[in-house]
Amino acid sequence: MSKANIAFYWAASCGGCEIAVLDINEKILDVIEKANILMWPVAMDTKYEDVKKMKDRSIDVCFFNGAIRTSENEELAKLLRKKSKILVAFGSCAHEGCIPALANLFNKKLIFDRAYQETETTVNNDSILPMSSYEVKEGKLRIPEFYDTVKTLDQVVEVDYYIPGCPPTPNIVEDAFNKFLTGDLPPKGAVLAPVKALCDECPRKKKDKMIETVYRVYEKEADPEKCFLDQGIICMGPATRSGCGHQCIKGNMPCTGCFGKTPEVTDQGAKMISALASVLAVENELSLDEKKVEELISKIKDPVGTFYRYSLASSFIKRKVIK
Amino acid sequence: MEEFEPKIIAFLCKWCTYAGADLAGVSRLKFSPNAVPIKVMCSGRVDPSFVLDAFAKGADGVLVGGCHPGDCHYAQGNYKTLRRVKLLKMLLKDMGLEEERLRLEWISASEGNKFREVVNDMTLKLKEIGPSPLKTEELK
Repeated sequence: MSKANIAFYWAASCGGCEIAVLDINEKILDVIEKANILMWPVAMDTKYEDVKKMKDRSIDVCFFNGAIRTSENEELAKLLRKKSKILVAFGSCAHEGCIPALANLFNKKLIFDRAYQETETTVNNDSILPMSSYEVKEGKLRIPEFYDTVKTLDQVVEVDYYIPGCPPTPNIVEDAFNKFLTGDLPPKGAVLAPVKALCDECPRKKKDKMIETVYRVYEKEADPEKCFLDQGIICMGPATRSGCGHQCIKGNMPCTGCFGKTPEVTDQGAKMISALASVLAVENELSLDEKKVEELISKIKDPVGTFYRYSLASSFIKRKVIK
Repeated sequence: MEEFEPKIIAFLCKWCTYAGADLAGVSRLKFSPNAVPIKVMCSGRVDPSFVLDAFAKGADGVLVGGCHPGDCHYAQGNYKTLRRVKLLKMLLKDMGLEEERLRLEWISASEGNKFREVVNDMTLKLKEIGPSPLKTEELK
C-alpha cells in the first residue's frame, strides 16, 4: 500500500498544537511509517511556493491549527483546502476561535494602539503602525493584512473534521491519526471526541448543586474530592465536551471549556449561563429579592472570558460591537 | 426616510404573559405591532441561546414574559429566568449591546393592559436607541 500524504499548518495560534502532535511520543513513528509529511512548519522548511506547485487534492489529510487573524491565514486556509482531500480543524483555535478570538472584544485599531503605542515599555514618538504595504526606493514592501475580527477555520473554508482541545490531548490525537490512517471515519463534519459532557467522566462527588456564592479560583482552596460547582467555583464541565481525560480536574483546577460545546448545542457560553442560573442562589430563591440576586451575579467577573474563553468566534454574537 | 420600526421577539409563557397578550387582543386594545410573540410553556424554558440567536439574526429587542414571582405554573421556573436574564444582560453589555434591548417582565393573565404598556414602552425606547448594530455588523 502506498503511503498517505499528510500536512500540518499553523495559522493564528500559540504553536502548542504543533507540539501536541509530538505528545503522542514514539507513536509518531507509526504515523511516519504509514504517511509522508509534506508540510510541517514547526519541524520542516516547506515554502508556500512548493505547496502551490502541488497538484490539487494531493494531500490526503491536512491538519490545520490556528484561527484566521490575517490575510495570510486566510490565503493558506484556501490554498490548503484546494490541495487537500480532507481538511481537519486541529485544536481549539481552528475549531472555535480559542484565546486569539478573545481579541474580538477589540478591533484592529484598538489592538494596534495598545500594542504599538500605549504599552508601558513602548516608545513610538512617530506613531508608526504596521501597514500592509509600504513604498521604499527598491519597490513596494508588503506584509499580510490584519483583520478586525478573528474567525474560525470553518468560517473561511469548508472543514471535514474537527479535533478539539487547547491543545488536543494525546489520546484524542492518537485516536484521530488511527481513524485517518485506517479510513474508519465518522460522517463528515464530526468532532473526533466523545459526545458526552465532561461531568460524565469527572470522578468528583456531586451533590444537588445549590451555590450560595461564587468564588474565583484564587479565593478558595478547592476540596479535591468534591465537585467544583458544589463548592461555588465555576467549572465549565456541564457545557463542555469530554474526552480530555479531565486533566485539569485532576490537577484540582476547574474546567475552562477548551473542548468546546457538546453536539446539538450552538453556543457553549449560553448553555453554561443556563446551567449556572439553575443552581445559583436557588436554595432560598422564593425569599431572595432581585437586589440580592444581582449582588451575587455581580461576583462573576468577566462573563465573556469565563463562558466564552474558547468559543467566542463560533458563538452567536461572535464579536463585540464597537462604535 | 422611513421611520425605523424595531422588531421585538417576545418569548411569552403560556400560563400568564401569553394569556395576558391574548386578553389585550380580545379587549381590542390598540398597541404597537412590533412584538412577535413566541409561546413557550414557561419563561424558564427560554434558553439563553434563544435570546442570543434572536439578536444574532437581527432582532432589535427581546422581551421575556413570565408569571409574577410565586405564580409560576411550575413553581419556580420564573426564578431561574430572572437569573438567566441578569446573566445575559451582563454578557450583552460586555458585547457592546445596550442592556435595554433585553427586557424581562412579569405579566399575569389578567394584565392585558400591562402587556400593552410594556410593548409600547419597549418599542419607544428601541426607536430611541436605534436598530441593532448586529444587523449591519459584518464580519470583516
